[in-house]
Amino acid sequence: MTTTPSLSDRGNTPQWHRIRTIENPWVRRGLVAIALSYLLWSMGSIEINWGRAADGVPRAVDMIVRMLPPDFSRWGLLFRGTLESVQMALAASFFGMILAVPVGICGAGNLVPKPVYLAARGFIILSRTFHEIIVAIFFVKIFGFGPLAGVLTLLVSSTSFISKMLAEDIENMPPGQLEAIRATGASFPQLLVYCVSPQALPRYLGVSIYRLDANIRHSTVVGIVGAGGIGQVLAASFSRYDYDFALAILLTIISLVFMGEFFSNWVRNQLR
Amino acid sequence: MTPLKHAAKHPEIWRRFSPRQALLRYACYLGIVAVAVWSVSAMDITWFFLLDAHVQALDMATRMWPPEAGYSRKLLTPLIETIHIATLGTVVTVLVAFPVAFLAARNTTFNALTWFIGRFILVASRSVNTVVWGLLFVAIFGPGPMAGIWAITFRSIGFLGKLVAEAIEEIDTGVVEAIESTGASRLQVLWIGILPQVLPVIYGTTVYRWDINIRESSVLGFVGAGGIGIVLYAAINQFRWQEVSVILLAVFAVVILSEFVSAAVRRRIT
Amino acid sequence: MLKISGLSKVYPTGAAALKNVSFSVGEPKVVTIIGPSGAGKSTLIRCINRLVEPTTGKIMLDDVDILALNRHDLREARRRMGMIFQEYNLVERLTVMENLLSGRLGYVGFWRTYGRKFPAEDVAAAFALLERVGLSGYQNTRADALSGGERQRVGISRALMQKPDLLLVDEPTASLDPKTSRQIMRILVELAHERGTPALVNLHDVGLAQSFSDRIIGLRSGEVVFDGPPEQVTAQVLTKIYGEEDWSTTIRKVEGESGKPDKPHSESEESMLRESLA
Ligand SMILES: Nc1ncnc2c1ncn2[C@@H]1O[C@H](COP(=O)(O)OP(=O)(O)OP(=O)(O)O)[C@@H](O)[C@H]1O
Ligand SMILES: [Mg+2]
Repeated sequence: MTTTPSLSDRGNTPQWHRIRTIENPWVRRGLVAIALSYLLWSMGSIEINWGRAADGVPRAVDMIVRMLPPDFSRWGLLFRGTLESVQMALAASFFGMILAVPVGICGAGNLVPKPVYLAARGFIILSRTFHEIIVAIFFVKIFGFGPLAGVLTLLVSSTSFISKMLAEDIENMPPGQLEAIRATGASFPQLLVYCVSPQALPRYLGVSIYRLDANIRHSTVVGIVGAGGIGQVLAASFSRYDYDFALAILLTIISLVFMGEFFSNWVRNQLR
Repeated sequence: MTPLKHAAKHPEIWRRFSPRQALLRYACYLGIVAVAVWSVSAMDITWFFLLDAHVQALDMATRMWPPEAGYSRKLLTPLIETIHIATLGTVVTVLVAFPVAFLAARNTTFNALTWFIGRFILVASRSVNTVVWGLLFVAIFGPGPMAGIWAITFRSIGFLGKLVAEAIEEIDTGVVEAIESTGASRLQVLWIGILPQVLPVIYGTTVYRWDINIRESSVLGFVGAGGIGIVLYAAINQFRWQEVSVILLAVFAVVILSEFVSAAVRRRIT
Repeated sequence: MLKISGLSKVYPTGAAALKNVSFSVGEPKVVTIIGPSGAGKSTLIRCINRLVEPTTGKIMLDDVDILALNRHDLREARRRMGMIFQEYNLVERLTVMENLLSGRLGYVGFWRTYGRKFPAEDVAAAFALLERVGLSGYQNTRADALSGGERQRVGISRALMQKPDLLLVDEPTASLDPKTSRQIMRILVELAHERGTPALVNLHDVGLAQSFSDRIIGLRSGEVVFDGPPEQVTAQVLTKIYGEEDWSTTIRKVEGESGKPDKPHSESEESMLRESLA
C-alpha cells in the first residue's frame, strides 16, 4: 500500500467507511446486544432435557441404520397414498384457482366498494393465519377422516393464496386503462373481461401453477392428522417404528415434489 | 411484428384466434377439467359425511363459544416457547443455509458434484414438511422444543438456501472479476465481492422465513415437538372446546403480530 | 351540443379545481382548453363523463342532464362520448383490433363481447378506421408493441368506434415528439370534421392549439379567463392565462399567414384545415 500515498498525505484525509445496513453505530451495537441477550434468554428458558438430547446422536445413528435400506416392498400402499396426495393437490389447485377469481376481484380495492373489499381481505387474512394442520383438524372433525377433509384444507389455503396475489396484481394495474374502458360505457363484467383479465391473466396462471406445486408439498402433511394422502401412511409408519418404510415414503415424497417443481417450472416457461 | 396482411383483405372475418389456436385452447381447458374431475372422483371420499357437516360445524361452534378467558394465563409459557422455537430455528438456519447456498449456486460451487449435493440438500429440505421433520426429530431427541428447533431448521434451510443461491447466481459478475483480478483469495472474493451483494436478500428472506416459522412452530406440538401446539392438540383431543377457542385466538394474535413485525422490518431494510 | 353551466369541483382534499365554469360547444367544432398545470383542465374533461363527480353545476349533452343520470343511464351517456388520453391507456396485452372493438362495449352485450363476436359492421368499421389512421395490417399486433404515435392513433380510433357525439381529449400529444404531435392533431381534427363530431381538447402547446382549433378556452386556477378564436390569443391573453413571460416566440404569426399550419400533408388536409380555421 506504499505505492499510493497521495491521498493520505494530504492534510484532510477524505473519510471513508463501509456502507452498513444500519448507519448509526450505537443503534447497531444496541441491536446486537439485544439480539445476544435474547438468544441467551431463549436458550436458557427453553426446557430441554439435555440427557435425552445427548442420546440423540446414538439414536440418530440407530435410526439411520434401521432406515437403511429403504423398504419399497409395500409399493401398493405407497402408490395408493402418493396417488391420493396428487389427486388432492390437483383438485384443490383446480377449485382454488376458480374460487380465487371472485375472492381476488373482491379483494382489489380499486374495483369494488369498501365493505366487499374488507370482507374479502378479512377472509384472506384469516385463512392465511392458521396453519394447514389446524384447519385440517377442524375439517376432520366436521367431515370425518379421509381425503375430503384434506382437499378442503388445501382448497382454503390455495384460494386465499391465489386470491391475495390476484388482488395485489389488480391493485397494481395502471389506473388509466381501467378509466379508458369505463369511459367507453362498458359494464362491470365487460371491464373485467376487457381490461382486468388480459392484464392479470399471465401472472394469475403462474401463481396458480406455483400453488399446484406447493399443494403437492402440503398434501403430504395434512395426512398426519388423518386427512388422507401419503402423509397418513407416513405418520402410521412412524408410530410403528417402521423406519425403513418411512424412508421409502420420504424418498417418494422428495421425488414427487421434485417432479412437481419441474412440471410447474416447465408450464410457467411455456406461458411466457 | 409482421402484421397479417391477408386479414385486411377480408375484414369481415376477423377472429381473435385462428381455428387451430381456438381448438388448442379448448383442448387445454378440456384436459384441465378432465384431470380435476378424475382427481375428485377417484379419491376415496365419503360424500355421506357432507350431509351432516353443517350440523357438526354448528355443534362445534356452539361448544367453542364463549372462549374461556381465564385459561389465557396458562398460555403465556407455551406461546413464548413457540416464538423461541421459531427464532432459534431461524438463527441456526442462517448459519447452515449460507454455505449450502454457495454450494448450490453455479457460479460459486466447486464442481458438478458439490453443486449436485447443494441442490439435493435444498430440494430434500423443502420437500419434507416441517411437521414431518418434527416427527423425525422427536424420534431422535425425544419430545420437546429441541426437536422443534431442528425441524424448523431443516425445513428452512431449503427455503433460505434456494433464494440466496438464486441471488448469488444473479450478482454483478463484474465486481467479482474486479476483486479476483486484484489477486484476492477465494474466501476474500466471497467476503468482499459476493456477500455484500446478497446481504439484503439474506436479511429480507430470513425475516420473512421467521414469520412463516412462527406459524409452523404453532403446530409442531401436534407431533410432540414443543410449543403451543402441544396444548392445542391436548385440548382438541379432550374436547375442551372453550379452551381451544382461546388458544386459536392467541395463535391468531401472535401470527398477525409477527407478520406485522416482519413486514415492518423488511420495509426498513429494503 | 354540450352545454356546461356553473360547474364547480372541490376535491375531498379541499383543492378547488373548478370554479363556476360555463361554456357550450356545438357544431363540428374543435375547442381547445389551455392553461397552466393544475388549472383544472383534466378535471373539467373528466367531469363531463363523470370519471370525476362534479360538486355543483349542470352539464347538458343535447337534452340529457349528465349529472342526473343513474349508473345504467350513465353508461349510455358515456358511450356517446369518446375519450382520448395522454398516456393512450390502451389495454396493453390486447391486440389493436380488440382495443378498437372495446370502443363498442357500451353497445354490445356481455356474452358477445366475451366471445369476441362483434357485429360484422363493427369489425368493418374498425378496419376502415385503421386504414384511415394509417395502421392497416396492424389489427393483430399487441398494443404494447406499438410506438407512442401508433398507440395514440389506436386511442383515437377506439374513441371514434363509439360513434360519439362528442370527443373528450386530454393532452393527446404530451408524450409525443413535435412532428408526431402535429400528425396526431391533424388526424384528430380531420376526423372530427369528417364525422361532424365536436371535440374538446386539452393542450399544453399553445402553438398546436392555435394551429388546429376553431376556438380556444383559457383556464386559470379553475376559472375561464379567455374564450375566443385562435387569432385573438395575444401576448396579453397568454399573460392572463399563464402569468408574466416573454411570449414573442410562442405565438404563431397569425397576422401574416391567416392561420395556415406549416406544411399540411395533402390537398385534402390543407383544404380541411383552411376550412376549419376560417
Ligand atoms: N384526484 C384528485 N384528488 C385531489 N385533488 C386533485 C385530484 N386531481 C386533481 N386535483 C387537484 O385539482 C387541481 C386541478 O388538477 P387538474 O389535473 O385538473 O389540472 P390540469 O390543468 O389537468 O393540470 P396538468 O396540465 O398538469 O395536467 C390541482 O390543484 C390538483 O392538485
Ligand atoms: Mg391534466
